[in-house]
Amino acid sequence: MIRLIGVEKKLGGQPVLQGIDLSIPVGKLTTIIGGSGSGKSVLLKHMIGLMQPDRGEVWVGDVEISRLSGTRLNDVRKRFAMLFQGAALFDSLSVFENVAFPLREKLRMKGQAVSRRVEEKLEEVGLAGMGHKFPAELSGGMRKRTGLARALVMEPEIILFDEPTTGLDPLLAKSIHDLIVTMQRRFGFTAVMVSHEIPEIFAISDWVAMLQKGKIVLMAQAAEFQRTTDPDIHEFISVGGTVALPGLLAG
Amino acid sequence: MTNVIEQLGAWAVIRVREMGRMLLFVLSAFAWLVRPPFRFHQIMKQLHFIGYKSTFVVVLTAGFTGMVLALQGYYSLRKFGSEGLLGSAVALSMIRELGPVLAALMVTARAGSAMTAEIGIMRITEQIDALDTMAINPLQYLVAPKIVAGVIGVPFLVAIFDVVGIYGGSLIGVDLLGVSEGAYWNSIESAVEWKDIYGGILKSISFGLIVSWVCCYKGFYTRHSAEGLGRATTEAVVLSSVLILVWDYFLTSVLL
Repeated sequence: MIRLIGVEKKLGGQPVLQGIDLSIPVGKLTTIIGGSGSGKSVLLKHMIGLMQPDRGEVWVGDVEISRLSGTRLNDVRKRFAMLFQGAALFDSLSVFENVAFPLREKLRMKGQAVSRRVEEKLEEVGLAGMGHKFPAELSGGMRKRTGLARALVMEPEIILFDEPTTGLDPLLAKSIHDLIVTMQRRFGFTAVMVSHEIPEIFAISDWVAMLQKGKIVLMAQAAEFQRTTDPDIHEFISVGGTVALPGLLAG
Repeated sequence: MTNVIEQLGAWAVIRVREMGRMLLFVLSAFAWLVRPPFRFHQIMKQLHFIGYKSTFVVVLTAGFTGMVLALQGYYSLRKFGSEGLLGSAVALSMIRELGPVLAALMVTARAGSAMTAEIGIMRITEQIDALDTMAINPLQYLVAPKIVAGVIGVPFLVAIFDVVGIYGGSLIGVDLLGVSEGAYWNSIESAVEWKDIYGGILKSISFGLIVSWVCCYKGFYTRHSAEGLGRATTEAVVLSSVLILVWDYFLTSVLL
């Protein structure tokens, strides 16, 4: 569904992406890992047209989006939702209004239909009864949950997750991961996640891709990825001496 | 020497590129404005913020400006025994120049800086990117309503400024300094022409556009840091104020 071919990008004169070839499997959860500043978020932003490549192509279905703009790009974006690192909630709107925002502004839905759908999503992410709160009153985990509810409410085909557990303690991070996996399994959307959470991501991802020096150095199914013999990748994923246990993988 | 020329050239290229980007920014905002969905609610919200909420500071500034004009004008005119012309002096200064310029500067300070900060924070916290990912154009949703509200709101504020300023002048001139009330108002009636009012309205519309355009632009392209946001807000206020004064000179020279 999403394919990147030879994507190159320089930021501030520095090469960030140096020929990315990547194909995201449909209906699966794919996680992109890599060191800090390796360009994971930049890569994610190329998939939804928030950034344009200097060279290369980005395909979403049968549309090449790297040179699209305006309404044609918006038509493609209707298939997407994105959960940002800081959740990117609108400060001036309550939790309810944040989740209702795309329904009201994009689908022009009103009244009971909006309420029903928003309440349903808030309940799914464990925020039932929190609709009246404002983003400033929420904890980090609740902000992420609100962001996830806003992403889910339009029932998109693809959801991009930009480091969804950054800034959360391990328990909260696990609960967000669990939520993402549960939702992905339930609704079957294609999920692309950028994450630092090793080894946890091996237990929840279907596919894992590693970005290093501006290129995808390995993409494989999660279990297979861990069996890599490449010393650099092995060192990266066993950082802190922890490699995901087979039991965890099975779980 | 070559180095100096090179630096000058690079500076000029950056400025020209920035001007081009500013022009494209406002043209795109207008292009998105005329496309559905039309967001009347957003325009009304911005009118409330830029217009209604600026009323107090505009009334306060206008009152004191009219009062000080009357005070200065009275002592200058008295030397020539022309105190009766005080009303026309206050009214013409207000309607032609001070009303549009000072009201626009007040709007820049109060609403313009807030616009830059609001849009800038939305940029830094990825809220603008979030709008993009929802297929909602930020120019259409965020910027166009502010520009429309600026173009509509500032002329109304200027009208209030003019009226309050003239009454402020009357308070000092007539009630305190003893100029005849009839002379004050009659001189206004005979001196102010439609051309003056029309010029004032034209100025206030263009100033409204300048404030909202510059302030939205600076916020929209804020660099991703707290320092960047501070700089963007300062630049927005300074650039808007300077452009208002420069544009005022050009318009006045054409209108006179």
